[in-house]
Formats: sequence, C-alpha cells, structure tokens
Amino acid sequence: MAENAPAVKGKGTVFVRLEVCKGCSYCIDFCPTKCLAFSKEFNAKGYHYPVLAKPEGCVGCDLCGLYCPDFAIFGVRLKDLEKAPRK
Amino acid sequence: MNETLKAENPVLPYLRQDRLPHIWCPGCGIGSTVNCFARALTESKLDLDKVAIVSGIGCTGRVAGYMNLDSFHTTHGRAIPFATGLKLGNPNLKVVVYSGDGDLFAIGGNHFVHAARRNMDLTVICVNNSTYGMTGGQVAPTTPLGATQTTMPYGNFEPPFNLPFLAEACGAVFVARWTVFHVRQLIRTMKEGLAKRGFVFIEVLAPCPTLYSRRNKLGDGVDQVKYYKERSAVKDGADTREVGLSFQGDIAVGKFVDRDRPTWLDAMNRHYSSVLHDYHEVGHAED
Amino acid sequence: MKADPKGVLTGVHFMDGDHAACEGALAAGCRFVAGYPITPSTEVVERFAQRIPLIGGVFIQMEDEVASSIAIQGAVWAGKKAMTVTSGPGLSLMMEHVGLAALTEAPLVIVDVQRGGPSTGLPTLPGQADMMQVKWGSHGDYEIIALSPNSPQECFDLMIRAFNLSETYRVPVFFMMDEVVGHMTERVAIPEPSEIEIVERRWSSKKPGEYKAYATGADMVPDMVKAGDGHRIHITGLTHDERGYPALTPAAQKKLVERLVNKIRLRRHELVDVRKDGVDGAEVVVASFGITSRVAQAAVEEARRKGGKVAHLRLVIAWPFPDKLFQELSRRVKAFIVPELNMGQMALEVERAVAGRCAVVPIPHAGGTVHEPAAILEKIMESSR
Repeated sequence: MAENAPAVKGKGTVFVRLEVCKGCSYCIDFCPTKCLAFSKEFNAKGYHYPVLAKPEGCVGCDLCGLYCPDFAIFGVRLKDLEKAPRK
Repeated sequence: MNETLKAENPVLPYLRQDRLPHIWCPGCGIGSTVNCFARALTESKLDLDKVAIVSGIGCTGRVAGYMNLDSFHTTHGRAIPFATGLKLGNPNLKVVVYSGDGDLFAIGGNHFVHAARRNMDLTVICVNNSTYGMTGGQVAPTTPLGATQTTMPYGNFEPPFNLPFLAEACGAVFVARWTVFHVRQLIRTMKEGLAKRGFVFIEVLAPCPTLYSRRNKLGDGVDQVKYYKERSAVKDGADTREVGLSFQGDIAVGKFVDRDRPTWLDAMNRHYSSVLHDYHEVGHAED
Repeated sequence: MKADPKGVLTGVHFMDGDHAACEGALAAGCRFVAGYPITPSTEVVERFAQRIPLIGGVFIQMEDEVASSIAIQGAVWAGKKAMTVTSGPGLSLMMEHVGLAALTEAPLVIVDVQRGGPSTGLPTLPGQADMMQVKWGSHGDYEIIALSPNSPQECFDLMIRAFNLSETYRVPVFFMMDEVVGHMTERVAIPEPSEIEIVERRWSSKKPGEYKAYATGADMVPDMVKAGDGHRIHITGLTHDERGYPALTPAAQKKLVERLVNKIRLRRHELVDVRKDGVDGAEVVVASFGITSRVAQAAVEEARRKGGKVAHLRLVIAWPFPDKLFQELSRRVKAFIVPELNMGQMALEVERAVAGRCAVVPIPHAGGTVHEPAAILEKIMESSR
C-alpha cells in the first residue's frame, strides 16, 4: 500500500496511509513537537487524517507510529530513511 | 509532497495485512496495544515461527486474528486453558494469551486463577477497557464503581477486581500495568514479559470510546488517554493491594511484581526426574 | 503405521474397562490428556497419570471440564494426539468445546463413562442416556462419531479405532462407555505393537505460504499442520474460509457447514460397524449397544430356545447411525426391539430409519442398573406373535 510522505524540512517526517485513518487524533494530541494537525480534506471513509502541518518540527521520533491504533501513521528520522534502500 | 521518499510501516509485517483494516472503532485503544506488541516482538528477537498467540472472545479477542503468527481465536474465556494445552503439547513455543478483561476475568476467571497458581509458562496480556465492547457496553468485572453501563443503567454498584493484586495473589511471577498512553513503557514491559519464563501478566488500560467513554460522558478515546496521562503515576514495586482503580481516579502503573518460581513443566520434569527411574522428560527445563 | 512400542502394554491382563480404555489410548499414540475427576470415569485418567511419565507425554488435571476439553485442543494444534475423559455432568460442561473441535476440525477423543442422569443423578451407577447429547449437544450443525464398547477388551480395541477415526475424519470421536463397562474386570489381551495399526495425522506436505488450513479434496477433510512449523496458521471458532480467516457471510457458512456435515453424512457407509447375529430368516430384531447388548444377548438366546426367530444387532459405531441396514431389514421383519438405559433415545433413530415399515418396540430404562433379560425376552416373544 502506498505511503504518503509529506514535505521534509526537519530531522524527520511521517508517512500516512490516508485511507485507513479513523481520525482518532492520538497522533496529533500526543506529538511531542506538536507538528501534526488534522487535514481539511476527508479520506474515503469520511475522516480527517493527520498532516505534517509543521514539517520543520518533526524529529521522526515515531511516537505517532507507536500510538496509532490503525497502523496508519509512522515517523522516521531522515538519517535512517536515507540509509534504507529506496523501493 | 516529496514523492521520492518511500517506506513501509514497520508494524505491517507482523500483521495479517490481508485482514486489514481491523474491526475496532475510531479511538479504540486495542490497536495501539497491538502496535506496541508488534514492536516488542521485534525487540524480543524471538523466532516468530515459534511464537503462538491465543485469544478468547470479544474485541480484544480479535487480536489473534490480526497477528501474523500461529494464532488461535478460541471460545469465550478459554484462551488460557487452550494456551496451556498448546504450551504443554510443544514446550518450545512461546505462547502469548491476548484477551480482554471480561473474557479473562469474568467467564475465564477460574482459568486465570489456576494457570497463575501453576505458574504455567504463558505471557498473558489483558487489554482492560472496563466494559464488554463487542456486546454493547455491559458491566464488566473491571467496571469502576459508579460508572454507567447498559446492565448497570443507574451506575455500577459492584466492586471491580484489582487485577494486579489478583494476579500476584494467585502466583504470577511478573505483574505490570500500563495504559495506552505509555507506549514506550508498554513496549519495554512486553519485551521483558516475553523474555520471562512463567506466568506473566500485563494489564493495559485502553479506552472504549463507543461504549464506555461516551456512555459516561467522558468524551472520545483521546480524552480517555489524556486522563491516563494526567492521573497515572509510575509506582514500580508497588504493593498490589494499593493499585485498585476507581472511576476516573488515580492510576498506579509500572512493574509491580518480578519474582521466580518453577514453571509447571519445570516442576513436573524436576520432580519426576527425582522420583521416577527412566523418566522421559517432556520438553526443556531451563533452570 | 504401527503403534509406538513405548505405549503398548503387550500381554494378557485382568483389567477393568476404564484401565483398558487408557491402555487403548496409549497404544493409539495419545500423549496428552487433560481431565477433571468425575465418577465413574476417573480411573482412566488416574492410570494415564501413572503411566505417561514413563512413556513420554503429559497429563494435567485441569480446574474443570470446560478447561480440560479445550486444553486438549491446544495440544492437538501443537501436534499431539489428545483426549479427555468424563461422565454426564462433565460432558454437559464440555459441549461448547465439542462445537469448537467440530468447527475447527480438531481430531480428538472424548471418553464418556455414562452414569444415570440428569444432573448429578446416579454417580456410581450406569446409564446410556448421553447418546443424543453427544450427537446434538453443542449448538449448530456438525457431525461426530461415537463408538460403544461392551467389554474391557473392546475398551482397548475400540479406543485405538476411536483415535484412528478422529484422525481420518478430523471430528471429535466420543467413546461411549458406561459405569458397568468401565468398572467390570475381564481378560484383556493387548497385542504386539507391530500388530496395531495406527492412523497418523493428515500432515500437509505443503510449504508455508502454499498451505491453506481448510482447503480440501474429494474426501472433504483438510490436511493439517501444527503450530511452530512456520505456517502462521489462523484457527478460529468463527465461520471461516479456506485460509481459516473469519468469513461471516451466508455463502461461507453454507460452504463450511455443508462440508462439516457431509464429510460424515456422505461417507457414512465407511462408518458402519454393526455386529450381526442371526439376521437371516429373523422375524424380530433386537438392536442394542454397550452394556445393554450383553443383557440383550442373553434374552435373544433364551428366545431362540423358545423357538423365536430373533436376530441381534449390536451398534459398535452408534453415530453415524446405520440407517441403511435398518431400512433394509425393516422390509422383511416384524419388529425392532430397542432396549437401552435411557427413556428412548436410539429407539427414535430406529423409528426414523424404518419409517413405519415395521413395528419399533422401545424398552426404556431409567438407568441405575441394567435391564432384566426377562423384560427383553417378554418383548421379543410378544413381537414374534
């Protein structure tokens, strides 16, 4: 399934599978750098999903990934991402 | 959007992706515990072909079906005796029981009590959402006093179990509690519990927004997780008599018990080796 | 394959039915028993507990029969042959897990040493009143196999067959003893291991990724794997598809439930074992099973001395019921006489099979002892007129 990675300006970024998000806002409320926000758009199920509203703030800590009950979001540090082979 | 960056969610290989999306409601905390469990499995370095997961019935009972492991979705309350047979049938398996509070402690209470007494080598993870979610929000043996449920429409007057106290009293060798807020701690404890031999009990408080939070005017799932954040205090080694839960009250979290006793199989092997000539040892005794 | 010599107590013994049943299970390869004490079945597990440490296996006394009847299913999925042992009240507690075993197709044996019921009833005295319960006791539609031994020797011999049938068809097999058969002591000859034929589990040769837990061929029985072998199986008590995944649709239900019943119903001709005595020229047929067959045989022989043309059919396999044999005989006999230690259970099956073509005379008995042969003789003579 395609992962949607938004713009990269900080030390990390998040990937979101928009279509499985149920809009619970765990990731948004517990993001330690408060860089996530709800989208204005709805996904196919009618939920607002998280977007990286302040990309410069993301450190790729993946706390969002640990919280997400729907396996819809996860964070990565850019230095780890660059080490991994690109698919 | 940066189209050149691609990565896969590290949790997905641990899940049966052909069964997703899962059935849990928006804001339900069970998925978060599964997320943590998958990461604990990674960190445990266990051979996943030798890890089996057994669930009972209910919302948490569906966990087995989503894990990409040998997985057994059994009958209501009976995950522990099934897991007992599985473990004794093949002692080389790491057997995890993953089920809910109603399943493990109401209909399955007797099995929990005896498996803990025997120190059966099982890792028991209980997602405690204080209610029967699958059937529509009835009172559970964990529902705090005063909470409203469909079968306690005027508020619950039955005292709930203090699960860590029960587990310790029955003989569990490892007893811990976290909430869905404490994801990093939960991963660490699950990893530790998976490495521990004997009857391990990990309670995880998780919101049921649909049938517990909303019915009690407590907001959504995330509001309940915020409550966990605000009212939890880490009390490692706490006297489990003191860690009972009350309606939206303080929550003691941490690792309460970590001790060693011979497992059922170790005790059997050791005893029979000493009293029976020509004893055929079953599986391994690692102590 | 042949029996594992470790479990076979070759020789001639003087042994009760409960102990002989245990020896049969050990010879059949049973290496896991979970049980809970209940009269008059307890001697089976007591002997297993004593014997198994020296053979290599596990006995565990669980906290109740609910636990016992699912612990054995865990052991089955770990690759073991397993059984549990009980009597009436315990059997009632096990019913949900009979359904689980039927639905998940877990091969296992449940021994029911029948006593008088209902409820606590007559713990130390015989009954045969669980026959319908083992056939229909769990909710939903499914099929099982039930065997009915009438002697300690048969407790040994048929127990091996019970395990073999459970592996062949992947259904729960009930071993329908009763208090008298369980506690009667007789000669039991246990053969050499090389003379005991064992049906091994239907292990799949498919590799992980190719294997589907509930894909079947013409015989309608899926091949099996066990936990720990890398297949990452999912086994659920929900209605499921060929992969074992929950499939909660009328179509999936139809496919699964029809197969669960048809794998026995359409192959029931393979599962007929009726011991026939004097069928040719008979006018009256006594149909019996278990301990009642021994009383009935005495009555049949006495009736013959009095000139009666009487046959005796003994159901060794009680379920599935041998309809066809009864249908055929019903066209040429006057009556079936059905003595049993219940208020008329298998008599209903006989009535169903003969469908009014001849008389069916139940001889019900509330249990607690066996019939008087004279009571059976009287019905034979009445029906012969």
